[in-house]
Amino acid sequence: MTGWLGPHAGFILAAYLAAAAILGGLAVAILLDRRAQRRALAALEERGAGRRGGASS
Amino acid sequence: MASLTELANPARFMRLSSVLLPWLAGAAAVLLAIGFYLVWFVAPSDYQQGETIKIMYIHVPAAWLALMFYSMMTLSALGVLVWRHPLADVAQQAAAPIGACWALICLLTGSFWGKPMWGTYWVWDARLTSMLVLFLLYLGLIALRRAIDEPSRAGRAVAILTLVGCVNIPIIKFSVDWWSTLHQPASVLRLSGPTIHSSMLWPLVITAVGFTLLALALHCAAMQAEILRRRVRTLTIFEAERLDRLSLQAAQ
Repeated sequence: MTGWLGPHAGFILAAYLAAAAILGGLAVAILLDRRAQRRALAALEERGAGRRGGASS
Repeated sequence: MASLTELANPARFMRLSSVLLPWLAGAAAVLLAIGFYLVWFVAPSDYQQGETIKIMYIHVPAAWLALMFYSMMTLSALGVLVWRHPLADVAQQAAAPIGACWALICLLTGSFWGKPMWGTYWVWDARLTSMLVLFLLYLGLIALRRAIDEPSRAGRAVAILTLVGCVNIPIIKFSVDWWSTLHQPASVLRLSGPTIHSSMLWPLVITAVGFTLLALALHCAAMQAEILRRRVRTLTIFEAERLDRLSLQAAQ
């Protein structure tokens, strides 16, 4: 791979790896955050927090 | 304006974005797969840059998207300050980390290209410096929002700073024309047409569209997360008030 990419292969691979790491990290962070908010909302609604006046318990 | 406000309803956005998001992500994956196949196996190497031209296919879309996300945030800032629309604030909040990531990718890939081509990772030239200022602006906007507890006050403060910072966008775009820079002038978005050969232009356009769809998909998902977070916050306050009432009734 590095022979095919010439004398600057390290720089090319570093650029692609950095971009992949940043975008991968961003995507994972956003998806985990969304999942956490969905779970928190589901837990609140299960306790009846979404209903006017709250749960009857 | 009433129909615009209806369209920008958070509940409607959640429904529409849930349908749209898989299509955006799928189209982005297909275009990026085609684009990077062309980049790695079809597009020729540059007669001066050699294979380091491959860095351009990430660097240039990252620069475009860093500018595009800041422009979107500027429009959202107007939505926050003029119409006080909550979805505009959500859009602005969700866009800042995504824009910051594109600016960081642009700076890093530019440095990895600069070392073999210019002999240095960094020079304080107008284009590089103004792009660094954009990255720092993104970080400043994220920090400012976290520093203010009250969400609507935080949204207005961030909107004002966003509008102040938008003066940097034309500076980045025209820096290579206004000053003598080491960074090369525009070679794609020019009034007289691109100066890149089509064998390199097409892979660049396809990867750029793929990255744009990916960025929009991430923005949709981040907006969904933010809308859910605000709903959780509201319900938590309601529940705390309900528990207060219950404990007061028990005490009586």
